[in-house]
Amino acid sequence: MTISIDPQKTNNESLQPKGWLRYFSFSLDHKVIGIQYLVCGFLFYLIGGSLASAIRIELASPMSDFMPRDVYNQVLTLHGTIMIFLWIVPVVNGAFGNYLIPFYVGARDMAFPRLNAVAFWLIPPSGLMLVASYFVEGAAQAGWTAYPPLSITTPQSGQIIWILSVLLLGGSSIFGGINFIATIIKLRRPGLKLMQLPMYCWAMLGTSLLVVLSTPVLAGTLILLSFDIIANTGFFNPVLGGNVVVYQHLFWFYSHPAVYIMVLPAFGLVSEILPVHARKPLFGYTTMVFSIMGIVVLGLVVWAHHMFTSGTPPWMRLFFTIATAFIAVPTGIKFFNWVATLWGGKISINSAMLFSCGFIINFVFGGITGVALAQVPFDIHVHDTYFVVAHFHYIVYGGTVFIIFSSIYHWFPKVTGKMLNEKLGILHFIITFIGFNLCFAPQHWLGLNGMPRRVAEYDPQFQFVNQISSLGALLMAISTIPFLINVFLSVRNGKDSGDNPWNALTPEWLTSSPPPVENWEGEAPLVEEPYGYGKEISERK
Amino acid sequence: MTTLDSSKEIQKNNSEVNETHEDFRMFGLITFLIADGMTFAGFFAAYLTYKAVNPLPDGAIYELELPIPTLNTILLLVSSATFHKAGKALLKDKNSESQKWLLFTAFLGIIFLICQLFEYFHLPFGLTDNLFASTFYALTGFHGLHVTLGTLMILIIAWQSRIKGGRLTSQNMFPLEAVELYWHFVDGIWVILFIILYLL
Repeated sequence: MTISIDPQKTNNESLQPKGWLRYFSFSLDHKVIGIQYLVCGFLFYLIGGSLASAIRIELASPMSDFMPRDVYNQVLTLHGTIMIFLWIVPVVNGAFGNYLIPFYVGARDMAFPRLNAVAFWLIPPSGLMLVASYFVEGAAQAGWTAYPPLSITTPQSGQIIWILSVLLLGGSSIFGGINFIATIIKLRRPGLKLMQLPMYCWAMLGTSLLVVLSTPVLAGTLILLSFDIIANTGFFNPVLGGNVVVYQHLFWFYSHPAVYIMVLPAFGLVSEILPVHARKPLFGYTTMVFSIMGIVVLGLVVWAHHMFTSGTPPWMRLFFTIATAFIAVPTGIKFFNWVATLWGGKISINSAMLFSCGFIINFVFGGITGVALAQVPFDIHVHDTYFVVAHFHYIVYGGTVFIIFSSIYHWFPKVTGKMLNEKLGILHFIITFIGFNLCFAPQHWLGLNGMPRRVAEYDPQFQFVNQISSLGALLMAISTIPFLINVFLSVRNGKDSGDNPWNALTPEWLTSSPPPVENWEGEAPLVEEPYGYGKEISERK
Repeated sequence: MTTLDSSKEIQKNNSEVNETHEDFRMFGLITFLIADGMTFAGFFAAYLTYKAVNPLPDGAIYELELPIPTLNTILLLVSSATFHKAGKALLKDKNSESQKWLLFTAFLGIIFLICQLFEYFHLPFGLTDNLFASTFYALTGFHGLHVTLGTLMILIIAWQSRIKGGRLTSQNMFPLEAVELYWHFVDGIWVILFIILYLL
């Protein structure tokens, strides 16, 4: 059901373009901004995915034959930067956060709508700038970590464009974080308590705290790095008396929390999706909240586990090993809570549920290798090998990207009022799941046997396993096709979904699909029990 | 309690739902200042680490002259007080008095910047001479950028407060309060910077 809105009532909207054109405008509507984030992020995902395919084609043979070595370095740098800063972070925070958080807190928009639009419109120009840097004098070559002295000695223009672009994206992310914190803390509907919020709100609150506390440190660090590159200062240049390890500390002070910035919102989203499709209340709401906040606090004090081979003193290794191992506790609590939510539920096997279950499987695998990597003796053995690559992709692709797809299947009817095709969705899931595991599981073996990451050439003994991995990457690339077909077909001729096709209880489903401009006709409903499944309506508060 | 643009629009659109919400612009500003403070925290942490682990080469000048930075500290602390006076005056609807205090605060900010530049020109080291020199200029320069922005914002709100019933009145204190908070923040950062850069 769509609700037509009287044009005289929406005099502020009449100034803005109608229909699809509004997605290209400086719209202040949080729903429009959410979709802008999602589609923009997905376009960059296609670019980053093509770069990943190029990497896997190169690695299908031991020699550097598909592209020159310096181009390989540029490709892997752009792949990392685009996937992290232009796909995962904007989509899992910006897209779903903007779309869902105002519904969850019972508001008509975000706390600062203009800041919100500014935050989004920083992304396309900086992303294009980053991609375009390839055509200037070659893109940055120092990897997404931009470690000096490598980032100082490689061609300057690409590196400077990279820094500028990441600074703008960091600014966008901070503006978004401020907005989410203000919306969740201050803009809640009167009568709605913090402990009644859907779990995604808590996840976004934790994520936004991490964004606000850690992203500025990266910004400061990159400013110092750009001084090293342009002005010939020596902050991080050992030749001029600087210290490269300081860069690593400052960088990982952001970039370890960045992993949680990428994965905590996914925890929140999966906590929304599982109860709906298992028809059961979310298991252990309070422990979920505390484990999110525990992850936020611990996530800020574990950064040096990325630096066990950087000459860290023993006390530092001891502290960061213990702190990192502790993170497994709140994460484990969440994992068992999800399993317990599914336990005995009336599970419907659909694409959203399949992707969520895929997430749980992949994520627990990535979590276990993460605990392994926290142990110094093991980490020193596999540092900078494909084991780390495999671990990271299990968390960020097997975890977050699976949840992004799950969320798209879950909330597509909300946004468009149409259902996605389930057969194509399940096909998408099967190819993605097989392709993903085929691509990254063998990389654990490669890493344990000593294949270094970020190198275009490798020992011929690894060729067969690398080819299996490349085959998996091919499947992952193919898996995007049924998804795209599905979305294009369903937007035009999908089955009408009705307002609440999943019979969900969270507030966003209690309005029409697609929602009206200011979210509710009349007052926002007060949902005291967003997960009250399995109870009679009279029993629900 | 003030209503924001968005809530005004909501009132216009849904006459049957009369919704207002509290003003949380200050909350947003505080969150932003925490973020900004983290940038400085990163710089301070880097500086202190350098000091601890990176010995300077022989002949690197390490003793700094104290008179100018001490004067600057006093200038900024006084300017915080004068800004507070401006707010008090505006609250009593004494717009012209408030404007005078604001202009005086901006004047102190400009004097601070001039002193800072004077110090820069008379220092015996340049940006790239050694690690200490680079960190010194990066820290004070980044802070100076904040003072410059703050001074500009003070001049803007002083301009706005010149008319009674204009944009800045005792009913709409937010612009003044926001800039004041920012100015106190910049002062606080300077005090920390002064202690760890000049005194330690």
